[in-house]
Amino acid sequence: MATVAAVIASTHHPFYYRASTSTGEDRPPFADEWVAKITAFRQTLTRANADVLVLVGSDHFHQLWLDNMPQFLVGKAPFYDANWYNEEREFGLPRMFFTGQEDLSAHILRDGLDAGFDLAFSNELRIDHSVTCPMITLRPEADLPIVPIYTNIFAPPLPQPKRYVQLGQMIREVVESWPGDQRVAIIGTGHLSLELGGPRQFGPHGPDPEFDRKAVEWIASGDIEKALGEVSLESLWEPGNATHGFLDFMLMMGVAGAGQQADYVDSLDLFHTMEAYFTWYPKGGPA
Amino acid sequence: MSKYLMNKFLYTVDRDPELVERYREDPRGTVEWWEAERANGILNVLSAEQSSWLKFDDAEREALATHDYPALFGLGAHPFLALTLFIAMFERDYPEPLGFQLEYAQRLSHYALPYPDIAT
Repeated sequence: MATVAAVIASTHHPFYYRASTSTGEDRPPFADEWVAKITAFRQTLTRANADVLVLVGSDHFHQLWLDNMPQFLVGKAPFYDANWYNEEREFGLPRMFFTGQEDLSAHILRDGLDAGFDLAFSNELRIDHSVTCPMITLRPEADLPIVPIYTNIFAPPLPQPKRYVQLGQMIREVVESWPGDQRVAIIGTGHLSLELGGPRQFGPHGPDPEFDRKAVEWIASGDIEKALGEVSLESLWEPGNATHGFLDFMLMMGVAGAGQQADYVDSLDLFHTMEAYFTWYPKGGPA
Repeated sequence: MSKYLMNKFLYTVDRDPELVERYREDPRGTVEWWEAERANGILNVLSAEQSSWLKFDDAEREALATHDYPALFGLGAHPFLALTLFIAMFERDYPEPLGFQLEYAQRLSHYALPYPDIAT
């Protein structure tokens, strides 16, 4: 059976690419520290020697729209184009291209459906920065086949937080039952407190540093029970109106497992939002 | 009230470079044209099968026609869609980095929690 070589949870910051590649007067003062932290974080995936990447993210109203909105969707395609005109325009993100791992997509869909998750699927999916950001930070060569999984963290009504955790638990179990000997890294990105298009946006820190402190603690210690006890669909509006992106961190806590301490934890307090990076090695260490 | 249709306007304009410029230069004309010609088009469906019932109410049409993003926020337009499109149209007019984004926040500063409902 396949091995889960690493579980990685991260914020996805669309400005990283531009900040890390800019030079001279255009380079922001925080860029060097940010690049150093990302370079260290990247090593945690490199050390895992993964063959395949499962990438959990959320479409930002690119291909998925309100006339036909899935809650959870698995990509099943041989290839994926990536990044969109408005991401190029606003963030300077490059167009990207990935190979798909269709066998694993099919396996996740079949076993996920049989496990009680009515997963939507897509055979032609152009993916966005929720998936390309971790590829840029963690695997810039973009040379490993992928399975993208999208969650709705964006367009209410949303599933309850516990459902994201359960989905993560299911993904972990299903990947571990995939026949063969491939090493799979499961990577998911979300947000800590975040405000977009509201009065608290683009402040000197994230909109709710206290929430961020607690959230990092929950994730680092694998404290699913406490996170579920304090987080609800209603409460997530309070730390910032885009904080429902935290649900993808909760999904990744489900992948990592209850009570599982992260092997690698780092964060970076930036303007607008806090960055946070977590890696677990399920069998205690890389191959 | 049609939060969905406001969002559909923001979404379909934001993804089209020509429409972004057209809306920046002629907001009222673009909104009137779009409501007449595009509001009832189901995305990914041929025009012969378009919808028949979608229209803005007056407050929504006026907010869009005047680039009034604080009013759009109050009407429950999706904040991400509005922010993304308005950055595309107006960030270029501000010399300082984040100048437009910070003014945007300031112009919404009279809103307190709970924010207007964005569910569609």
